[in-house]
Amino acid sequence: MAPIISLQDVQFRWPGRTGFGLSVPQFELARGEAVLLLGASGSGKSTLLSLIGGTVLASQGTVRVAGEDIASLPGGRRDRFRAEQIGMIFQQFNLLPFGSVLDNITLPLRFAPERRKRAGDVQRAAAGLCAALALPEGLLTAKAATLSVGQQQRVAVARALIGTPPLLIADEPTSALDETAQGQFLDLMFQQIRAQRSGLLMVSHDPRMADRFDRVIEMADFLHVERPAA
Amino acid sequence: MILRLAFGSLLARALTVTMTVLAIALSVALFLGVEKVRTGAKASFADTISGTDLIVGARSGSVQLLLYSVFRIGNATNNVTWQSYLDISARPEVDWIVPISLGDSHRQFRVMGTTLGFFEHYKYRRDRGLEVAEGKLMADLFDTVIGADVAQALGYQIGDPIVVAHGIASFTEHKDQPFRVAGILEKTGTPVDRTVIVSLQAIEAIHVDWQSGAKIPGKTTPADKIRQMDLTPKAVTAALVGVTSPLKTFALQRKINTYPEEPLLAILPGVALQELWGIVGLAETALLAVSVMVVITALIGLMATLFASLNERRREMAIYRAMGASPRVILGLLVLEALMTTLLGALIGLAMLYLGLWIAQPLVDSAFGLYLPIEPPGLRELGVLAGVIAAGAIVSMLPALRAYRLSLADGMMVKT
Repeated sequence: MAPIISLQDVQFRWPGRTGFGLSVPQFELARGEAVLLLGASGSGKSTLLSLIGGTVLASQGTVRVAGEDIASLPGGRRDRFRAEQIGMIFQQFNLLPFGSVLDNITLPLRFAPERRKRAGDVQRAAAGLCAALALPEGLLTAKAATLSVGQQQRVAVARALIGTPPLLIADEPTSALDETAQGQFLDLMFQQIRAQRSGLLMVSHDPRMADRFDRVIEMADFLHVERPAA
Repeated sequence: MILRLAFGSLLARALTVTMTVLAIALSVALFLGVEKVRTGAKASFADTISGTDLIVGARSGSVQLLLYSVFRIGNATNNVTWQSYLDISARPEVDWIVPISLGDSHRQFRVMGTTLGFFEHYKYRRDRGLEVAEGKLMADLFDTVIGADVAQALGYQIGDPIVVAHGIASFTEHKDQPFRVAGILEKTGTPVDRTVIVSLQAIEAIHVDWQSGAKIPGKTTPADKIRQMDLTPKAVTAALVGVTSPLKTFALQRKINTYPEEPLLAILPGVALQELWGIVGLAETALLAVSVMVVITALIGLMATLFASLNERRREMAIYRAMGASPRVILGLLVLEALMTTLLGALIGLAMLYLGLWIAQPLVDSAFGLYLPIEPPGLRELGVLAGVIAAGAIVSMLPALRAYRLSLADGMMVKT
């Protein structure tokens, strides 16, 4: 089976910002593998995640997700492909504050019919995930804005997991949480990822959580950022 | 669900959205209101005189004849001699004829001498006739019937004496022959409301001791002597004519216009009203233009609010993008939002219009004689509403395109 993420000889240059770009000679993430990417801000991580998500395209080389060459898909299909394959968790402000928790969790299914089919009874799937992530019952109908930050991050995990996408991408999901909450959050997230056998690519600057992952990579080891000469 | 989320997003920005909705609602209500007043005024104007087939006067312009004979504005340049009047009334095409004699005033109101036929044949708003609110029609030589505005402005009641002034805005008063208010007419919304009506003979009577517009010094004829005099007028100002069959209107008009003994003019009131409205109507066009601009202002306000909301909503759009929404969905969301805003605004505007009409209709009718019908929205109104909503969608395209470009550039990550 093809690795869930595979980058070959990728070159990327931001349009307009002359001289700023990055190159990735080779990067792979196997199915079901959990990888921690360590790197400070400005190390090119958001560009890398955008390349994998398909919201930006490499100027050279190939980016494959689940064996599919992202650049070969037309724009609309690429957006849908992202919804089908990838669950996304941000640092914070993950949720639409005016939507209910249920609306937020099921939002990606709206754009991914395959994933929706896999989820089955959407409401029950969402409730099951909430229970597994230790979110109080009855939270589903609450407005996202009324939740604590820790709860919001767990709702974001439930949203990333619903319909069992093969890949989760998490961009410093614990940076807004205190230390106890961080440990609890990671415990719950890993439990679910392992149960679903989804791959996880997590970006962080914090090496303390390294022992939970299958593999830890320093950004600088495989990714080269080009900056304009000042 | 997207619809629900779009609505939720609107609710989350309730204050600004409410203001925008209110601005659109007000502009729509104003626009439709002006439309209503405009059509109402036009209809009322056209309904000032109906049932009369021809108006006859001395030769001048048709608008001028209409203005002084119906609207009591301006003066006749010349009179129609009594002989000509008799000749016309003797024509076989004539069903009825009512003479009008103008030239005197009471305070700021015009005095009109006519026959009782006026009350029978003068019609407005298609088939409404003049009704007496209080008292009765003239029975005596010195009886007057006054319009509703005259009674209200001067506080007259039945039996009050009236002194008629010679000419208009003149201080020379016919003090010798005081009139008496015999009847007060119902409000009609026509110039009749502002008219003091006396008999044709009364006009002659008050001029018995006058010559060439001035009182003959020392001469005073007592009222009872006047009553015995022959008060057949030598001339009238104009005449309202009804024909036996509408087909004969044009033939009679031609006959009168080519009357050999005296230069006369016969006009069709409807045509002359149209002509006059062409002049007066300029104001309505200006009013309409202003209300169109108000609608445009409200739409620009909508666009400004959408633009202003884009920055605070970049994160919202990034979330949509990360969840798999294409930039086109983002564009659609904004247009959808604008559609909901304008739709809500248009509906509230419509409701405001009907509420306003319901409150103002009786007031406007009694104050200005302007009848504004309350009807379900017609094709025209619905067209205006649809136009406003469509314009809202079009106007929202600019901020929506910007959101599209922003979300293409931002992708899933908002760089701050």
